[in-house]
Amino acid sequence: MFSDNDLQVMDSIIKRYPRSRSAIMPLLHYVQSKAGYVTSEGIELIAKLLTLETAEVSAVATFYTQYKRKPVGEYHVGVCTNTLCAVMGGDEIFAGLKDHLGIENDGVTEDGKVSLEHIECNAACDYAPVVMANWEFYDNQTVQSSKDLVDAMRNGNPPAPTRGPNSLPTWKENSAVLAGINDGRANEGVQAGQPTLLGLKLSKEGK
Amino acid sequence: MTKLVPVLSAHWDEKDSFTIEAYTRNGGYKASAKALAMDPDAVIQLVKDSGLRGRGGAGFPTGMKWGFIPQGDNKEHYLVVNADESEPGTCKDTPLLMANPHVLIEGCIIACHAIRAKHAFIYIRGEVTHVVRRLNQAIEDAYKAGHLGKGIDLVLHVGAGAYICGEETALLDSLEGFRGQPRLRPPFPAIAGLYARPTVVNNVESIASVPAIIANGAEWYQKFGTEKSKGMTLYSLSGHVANPGQFEAPLGITLREILELAGGVRSGHKLKFWTPGGSSTPLFTDAHLDIALDYEGVSVAGSMLGTKALQIFDETTCVVRAVLRWTEFYKHESCGKCTPCREGTWWLVQILRDLENGSGTEEDLGKLLDLCDNIMGRSFCALGDGATSPITSSIKYFRDEYIAHVTGKGCPFDPVASTIFSSAGAR
Repeated sequence: MFSDNDLQVMDSIIKRYPRSRSAIMPLLHYVQSKAGYVTSEGIELIAKLLTLETAEVSAVATFYTQYKRKPVGEYHVGVCTNTLCAVMGGDEIFAGLKDHLGIENDGVTEDGKVSLEHIECNAACDYAPVVMANWEFYDNQTVQSSKDLVDAMRNGNPPAPTRGPNSLPTWKENSAVLAGINDGRANEGVQAGQPTLLGLKLSKEGK
Repeated sequence: MTKLVPVLSAHWDEKDSFTIEAYTRNGGYKASAKALAMDPDAVIQLVKDSGLRGRGGAGFPTGMKWGFIPQGDNKEHYLVVNADESEPGTCKDTPLLMANPHVLIEGCIIACHAIRAKHAFIYIRGEVTHVVRRLNQAIEDAYKAGHLGKGIDLVLHVGAGAYICGEETALLDSLEGFRGQPRLRPPFPAIAGLYARPTVVNNVESIASVPAIIANGAEWYQKFGTEKSKGMTLYSLSGHVANPGQFEAPLGITLREILELAGGVRSGHKLKFWTPGGSSTPLFTDAHLDIALDYEGVSVAGSMLGTKALQIFDETTCVVRAVLRWTEFYKHESCGKCTPCREGTWWLVQILRDLENGSGTEEDLGKLLDLCDNIMGRSFCALGDGATSPITSSIKYFRDEYIAHVTGKGCPFDPVASTIFSSAGAR
């Protein structure tokens, strides 16, 4: 599963830190970028690289919700159902997607394309209701727009995120970014959406 | 005369605002050059004089925090930036970093110089991939340009979905490679923080505010804000408003003034309740429109300025549903270390669910308040305290609405009416 090149990358991740154990989180992201989720093999490898017990690595992996212990879809969809997004329509979107995809929370479609999860506040409340896909922003969603989004994912042509790269990376590709690997796409996409710029715009109008 | 003062947000409308070229074009990295030529203690004094206070919630004076780091102790010192923005309603650091990551990097350079640290970390939440990309690229570019790497190193550390890691000691445990659970204080991070070394933990907006203060001086910064709350800050308006968004204004602006700028509550509706600074800050109502949104003004009125996350809910919103959802969040995010928080939030959810679905009793309100009393102040960190805020404040202002759920044996509200697509039907 893990090639010599992977081991070199993992070694470079460890070298970022004054103490090796600090690398455990980016290494778990990196394992997800290769295996799609945190596999037992990945846990054993990290334990070996950091001279830890596998139980110590598992303890960390199971604490954080972004580390998955079973495969997710190529496109992992998160619907914010924290209070503000829920009230603004997140509950309806989440119910609509469960119904549309025929899966429950934490479920994966049979073709392996889409998985679904209700998520907590994702720091985009001025774009509510918010849907995330592979942790990229899809702002100002409706029940219909989110259904269209997952349909496009299943057809292999999802639209670009509203504030993100020019096309939607896969779950594995974005897991590598979270491990700190530069995919060269930082310059893609907008610098800000309209709500972000509202105060600045009003001040320029003298308000 | 405009009430808004865009400083952090001044160049966000330039398409390439996140690049080092744009940042440098707009005067970036001049403040760090100026600070590096100053005595570190003079930098700390300047930040103290400016009156800058922490923008992550607690409002602790930033310069004073820096001053707590022991000097001449022959130990490594660390700067850790808290970019784990997760408090419900809070959405300021994420757009700031997407539009201008370099201002944070420049702030890190200045802060490292001041506290004599050679190593800084930015702990960013893992659910914002494009912001991670932008920050990572910005750090690479800052190294290439020679701003980093000559005595100061900066590492981006990406979290993995845990609200508790926004708590500074849980963040440090997480950064050390453990489960993110808060530590008992003392010792405080200034004495024994990351790797048990003296550490400053600051919010993104606090550190990002520093370059402008160095560039323009403490007197300039002091001109904005109120007596004890100096400067300008990002207010994030969301929810049932005509135009949500970010508003950078001097501390002390009121919600009424911000709502006027934003076109008011959504058409045909009226304000019911709001949070001044995220879900952990006690709710306000339409009686609090003219409170000065600074650290003291909000505190005197019974809440906290927090993260200045102004979440607006109109009369279509059921307060019990809103509070239940926040409580479910706290229960899910409780790290499990302290019994009052771990068990207490679990029971709060059970009782609130009963109330919302019509099987609660009036006595349940007393039980909720009693539970809150037994959670408040009894855990290592403030997560449990925060969980009690929406409950106690909502019962204070909307007791009748809770009772209506009991007498009516259910929720009297139509959830579809509060959605943004309600006028078009639930599409």
